Amino acid sequence: MAVEIPKLNYTGSIRSVSLGGSDNTVTVGGETCFPFYTFEGAMPNHPRIAMEVYDERPVDWPEAAVFPFADVLDDPVAWAGKCVEVYGAEMICLQLESTDPNGSNRSSEEAARVVQKVAAAVDVPLIVWGTANHDKDTEVLRVVAETTQNRRLVLGPVEEGDYKKISAAAMAYGHTVIASSPIDINLAKQLNILMGNLGVNPGNMIMDPTVSAIGYGIEYAYSVMERIRMAALTQQDDKLQFPLICNIARETWKSKEAKVSETEDPRLGDPSRRGITLEAMSATILLLAGADILIMRHPEAIKLIKELISDLSI
Amino acid sequence: MALSGIEIFKYLPKTNCGKCGVPTCLAFAMSLAAGKAELAACPFVSAESKGKLEEASAPPIRPISIATGGKPLKIGGETVLYRHEKRFENPPGLAVVISDTMSDIEIGRRLKSLEEYVFNRVGATLRPELVVLKYQSGNPETYAALARRARTESDAGIILQCEDVDGCLAAAEACAERKPVLCAVTAANFDLVAPIAIDMALPVVARSNDFDGLAELTDRLVKLGVRDIILDSGARNLKQALADQVAIRRLALMKKFRLLGYPAIAFPCEMTDDPLKEALIASVMVAKYAGIIVLSDFKGETLFPLMVARMNLYADPQRPQTTAEGIYEINGPDENSPVAVTCNFSLTYFIVSGEIENTRVPAHLLIKDTEGLSVMTAWAAGKFGADNIAGFIKKSGIAAKVKHRKIIIPGYIAMESGGLEEELPGWEIMVGPREAAHLLSYLKTNWKS
Ligand code: B12
Ligand code: SF4
Repeated sequence: MAVEIPKLNYTGSIRSVSLGGSDNTVTVGGETCFPFYTFEGAMPNHPRIAMEVYDERPVDWPEAAVFPFADVLDDPVAWAGKCVEVYGAEMICLQLESTDPNGSNRSSEEAARVVQKVAAAVDVPLIVWGTANHDKDTEVLRVVAETTQNRRLVLGPVEEGDYKKISAAAMAYGHTVIASSPIDINLAKQLNILMGNLGVNPGNMIMDPTVSAIGYGIEYAYSVMERIRMAALTQQDDKLQFPLICNIARETWKSKEAKVSETEDPRLGDPSRRGITLEAMSATILLLAGADILIMRHPEAIKLIKELISDLSI
Repeated sequence: MALSGIEIFKYLPKTNCGKCGVPTCLAFAMSLAAGKAELAACPFVSAESKGKLEEASAPPIRPISIATGGKPLKIGGETVLYRHEKRFENPPGLAVVISDTMSDIEIGRRLKSLEEYVFNRVGATLRPELVVLKYQSGNPETYAALARRARTESDAGIILQCEDVDGCLAAAEACAERKPVLCAVTAANFDLVAPIAIDMALPVVARSNDFDGLAELTDRLVKLGVRDIILDSGARNLKQALADQVAIRRLALMKKFRLLGYPAIAFPCEMTDDPLKEALIASVMVAKYAGIIVLSDFKGETLFPLMVARMNLYADPQRPQTTAEGIYEINGPDENSPVAVTCNFSLTYFIVSGEIENTRVPAHLLIKDTEGLSVMTAWAAGKFGADNIAGFIKKSGIAAKVKHRKIIIPGYIAMESGGLEEELPGWEIMVGPREAAHLLSYLKTNWKS
């Protein structure tokens, strides 16, 4: 009995996008098959992980997340350095939490100075993530784009409400942009079209579908990403053929389940390993849906995901 | 898979006699395909055609029930490759390995863990369902004793991981009423083990390292009358296991290949020694099609995330999960604590209640029934506007629980605040932030009871 396994015929491919400056680039995308379906297509660039750094001391992080960074939490430059030197980070994502008008509301100039310093301290590709406040991000990311030149930053999130000015600044100084839309394939496509019309070079753009953690709606992200990948690969929808980035760590570590202590409910087990599992498992599920870049926090979770990616790729 | 009208038509007498209540055989076939008629309405279909029709209309992946001490565990019965196409039907059963060489205490702990790890979340019960009993002692009596314990000390479904006929027989008899799954029938032991499944009417796992061999095994089993089959392609590394799961699902759904139209079992416990990595592999198998997932042990820190992930991926994309309407007390509120209102989409409820918990500010959270729609979706659908929110607040009984008269509404429905003040005389409507994550800073600056 000869069983013949059905193969899919992929007619499209994901764009390859390289991030970072000329001496230290990371290339993502390029897939010609569904995630890890290498039995019928290629995944020339395996998914990559960017390690998170915050520009102000985080509040309310569970012990497990604080521990690896306890000595650098007040100093984004040292923090980024530690990620690269101690944990071997291939990319850094600087979360500009301090600029949040609902929080410390630091000025764009202050934020831009931190970006400059971090950019000077590490040579891996640098992602700079705003607060999704349209007015503030417009201000902040424009100053950042201008003050840190020749570094090919990756700037986001760029949303329908602020894409014009941020994209223009990014284009002027050669940065890459993250087109971000709220868990909806049509909104994602529409934004990509708008940004294309504005003149953003498709080779300088990646997509953020907006993701959430296990227990907080990950299934929506999963299905939207699967649909985006299907449209891109089997329906040649070139407006959706971009690498996907998932800002997942913050979503997992802020959840209730990452914080409950073992004494509160012994059945939930060791909180530190639980937090790591929540982060890594959320990342795993997003990888299966098509994530090309994961923004992650805990070194143990990152180690696990790197191993998983390599197990799935070799 | 449902047959089309044309496919059904081939099996009908084509005499257009009209006895079935519609004028032509073709019309009857169409009604059948649409699920509007019963085959029995045609008195002239031959027994042979009836058999063929039943076989052809059987689901592409056979649904299988595994007996437990309570509700049977249903696996298989899947109809799609991607959950957004319809939904994933039956969440995979989670199993823990217990060896008959483990100490009494360890066996007891593992059996008890089945009932210990039962969680409630969004009105759903999360729990593991199965034990895999491993025959390592080489002594059929020892193995049978373990099977007996599993039956009496737990309500789990039982899988006998044993390829030896004496072990299988002894253990199967010791827990016969639980209808254990025999794992596994292989080409090597077929003649010895398959008869046990036939005699005792037990489900089996069929294992072969290649699909040709696997199809041959299921073919032989079906011919002997064994229909409750679970597939094991023998893959014990993640990459191969993923490829095999995809191949099996595709063969069943895209090619309607009956011989592999069964749920498949996965063994993350045999793919790594690291418990965290094992949990991640298990989550891959949840997303990618396994019907049963075998773990080396249950630990809350990994089992809980896995069970929530399983619930999420098996949630029906066409029917949002909901939370019951009512007043939820968070962080132990009193009559001076803030009151906030939101919709009953369980995702919204989880996010908002989680954020309020994070603020550590005691509060009353009012959940209005919006038929599971999120804030803006419910608003756009006319289920979360001034009039119906006001009606809900009046009947909720919150007025008797607090001394103040202030309600915080989600920032996204700020436009309803004027209308609400009109509908709720005496109440002050406070427009909260758009994102629940900003509640803390909002309460800090705006809340004075
Ligand atoms: C998934 C989705 C759907 C799903 C429904 C899922 C569901 N269970 O609701 C489906 C496909 C059914 C759907 C249908 C429609 N949708 Co719709 N949908 C969405 C989508 C993509 C995500 C919604 C979601 O799940 N959000 C996540 C939840 C958690 O968010 P949330 O409930 O708002 O809660 C957040 C905040 O509001 C806040 N919050 C919540 N409660 C509280 C309480 C307090 C006190 C505070 C301070 C804060 C707070 O915190 C939460 C987290 O930050 C949004 C776009 C988007 N991404 O926002 C469109 C969106 C909501 N939909 C929209 C529309 C128009 C519709 C339809 C009318 C479209 C149509 N013509 O078919 C229908 C209406 C449904 C019906 N039955 O008639 C519009 C609404 C536009 C508007 N403002 O008028 C949106 C914004 C899309 C768009 N930009 O056009 N939709
Ligand atoms: S009763 Fe049977 S034979 Fe007669 S018309 Fe209906 S389907 Fe055809």
